[in-house]
Amino acid sequence: MSTASDTLHDGPRAVGAPRRAAVVVCAVVAIAAAFALSVGFGSRFVSLDEIGEGLSMWVRGRTAESIGAIAVQERIPRTVLAMMAGAALALSGAIMQAITRNPIADPGILGVNTGAALFVVCGIAFLGASSTFAYLGLALAGGTLAAGFVYVVGSVGAGGATPIKLALAGAATTAALSSLVSAVLLPRAAAMNEFRFWQVGGTGGADWGAMATVAPLLGVAAVVALASSSGMNALALGDDVAVGLGVNVARTRAVTALAGVALCAGTTALCGPIAFVGLMIPHIVRMLTGPDQRWLLPLSAAGGAVLLMLADTAGRVIGSPSEVEAGILTAFLGAPVLVVIARRTRMRAL
Amino acid sequence: MSAVAPPVARTAALAILSGRRRRRRRRAIGIGVMSALLVVLILATVMIGSTYYPLGDVIAVITGHQVPGASFTVGKQRIPRALTGALAGIAFGLAGTTFQTMLRNPLASPDVIGITSGASAAAVLSLVILHLSTGMTTALALAAGLITAAVIYLAARSGESTGGRLILIGIGIGAMLDAVVSYLLQRAAERDVSVAMRWLTGSLNGSRFEDLWPLTIAVVVLAPLVMLLSRDLRALELGDASAIALGVRVDRSRLLLILAAVALACFATATTGPIAFVAFLAGPIAARIVGTGGSLAIPAALVGACLVLAADLLGQFAFDTKFPVGVITGIAGAPYLLFILIRTSRLGGSS
Repeated sequence: MSTASDTLHDGPRAVGAPRRAAVVVCAVVAIAAAFALSVGFGSRFVSLDEIGEGLSMWVRGRTAESIGAIAVQERIPRTVLAMMAGAALALSGAIMQAITRNPIADPGILGVNTGAALFVVCGIAFLGASSTFAYLGLALAGGTLAAGFVYVVGSVGAGGATPIKLALAGAATTAALSSLVSAVLLPRAAAMNEFRFWQVGGTGGADWGAMATVAPLLGVAAVVALASSSGMNALALGDDVAVGLGVNVARTRAVTALAGVALCAGTTALCGPIAFVGLMIPHIVRMLTGPDQRWLLPLSAAGGAVLLMLADTAGRVIGSPSEVEAGILTAFLGAPVLVVIARRTRMRAL
Repeated sequence: MSAVAPPVARTAALAILSGRRRRRRRRAIGIGVMSALLVVLILATVMIGSTYYPLGDVIAVITGHQVPGASFTVGKQRIPRALTGALAGIAFGLAGTTFQTMLRNPLASPDVIGITSGASAAAVLSLVILHLSTGMTTALALAAGLITAAVIYLAARSGESTGGRLILIGIGIGAMLDAVVSYLLQRAAERDVSVAMRWLTGSLNGSRFEDLWPLTIAVVVLAPLVMLLSRDLRALELGDASAIALGVRVDRSRLLLILAAVALACFATATTGPIAFVAFLAGPIAARIVGTGGSLAIPAALVGACLVLAADLLGQFAFDTKFPVGVITGIAGAPYLLFILIRTSRLGGSS
């Protein structure tokens, strides 16, 4: 309950149309700029002329051996992946925050990552899975199950899914699942070696085929979420008011929750665990646009895309000649944000 | 009225007295049984292995006689292992029950709320990147654990209801440190990964007397302190306002308890790795056994030690592969965790 009122007081109450238009323009410009940065900069310095040359080759569908062409070939898929993943994660976070009326709902906190990890590990160890597609299916199934489980456990009893109940349910489930992961991995050195590369979330392994497989799922989930944004606005007022406004509360919540879980589990399947994007972005966007979901959802997606593209670029530049994965950077950015949220949110007295 | 009141009052008083006696007896029996169990488990750890050594040999080794085979296996391997397990269990149990009581939430043990993550991250750094000695790894893990706890505490301070905020912030910082661990593991050379994974799971393998003394000192110094303060702890459990009204210096008691509990958890983590769920499980199991009448410090310490040793025995001998103790406690803890989560939420005890 406390979160509904927090949402209302978070930003300016009435945000005018001009300001929103400005925010939309900024979002488009920011996406374009982040995209350009991500293609232009990387772990290896390539001059802009060479990049331009490589780009023109890429656009014309030719392959070349020039350094610019190779950089472009390497960077464009991962930039697209970062954009897609960031948008999906932020959207997922916004949805979860809206339907749980909980400021800290995030795929990482809901246990999606560890659930996906457990399934991937079991796949590697018992089924001999090694293809991207196998990882995708496993991660999707595991992530969905874990998120559903944590949410159900966290929302039992009075008060529904309060921040602390949900966070504890997620943390405890994560701890239990990690033990299972270790139990499966410890006797299997080969599987352990395979797994540790999956475990760090990043866009380094971008692959058009895998992206094309998951993209329809993410697209459908995003459309479903955006289409139910006015229903989610009503949910923010509390279940009783929402029913009074003619919203089918149970259906809205179930459909959007499914979309939210599909978005983050699909992304986890593609990139591995990337924490805190879904937590941070909706909070920042809410400060700019106010709590109206019809604006919040699409702009969160835009913000998530920008953040992950920038994190990915920064990780490549910082870690040069290797790279620091985007998932590490977002974890470092996200923890302070969580601290701020936790300090601002009024906890029920413990 | 006055003719009726005395008998009623007397029956009530008698009922209270007999209830108190019953609780005391239950507590005494519980503590006695657990102590006996602990002794049995220690003996089992010392005697059972690829070669079985009877009690006579063990006593001979302890009293300093040379017994072929046993002197090394028992004296240098199994006794340190048993002592490490017992001490780590005591430390985890005490730390866990202190946090759970203080934050009034059975889920808020130091391993769940991220306090041991700092120790884990530092140990992995030391094991896979810096390649430091065991002693240095322990020291580094300890320092990092204490710093993490301090950061969480400071970030959560100020204003009312620190408890809930502490939990949230701890989980957030824990998530950040877990990302560091994943990153370090990914960067590591292949042969270091299994060492690090084993440490991260919590293991008694390779326990040596030389590495045991920091944990021993910590338990000897801090365990009595926690038990001494557990009286204040019971008042804190009623909420800050009630505790102040009962004459507890809330801030000082809380700070001392947090320091002691964090230090215990960090020393144990630094020595054995984060053995999953021992800190989390010890308190609630102890409460089941002895009831909720008195302080849980001693029972929880005993339960913690029993848990670690029993899980270690299971891990060593129950399966084809030898699993480190943390895997067993982690998996065994999961169903209980589920139970606690749902029950706590049902009762509406935590928010």
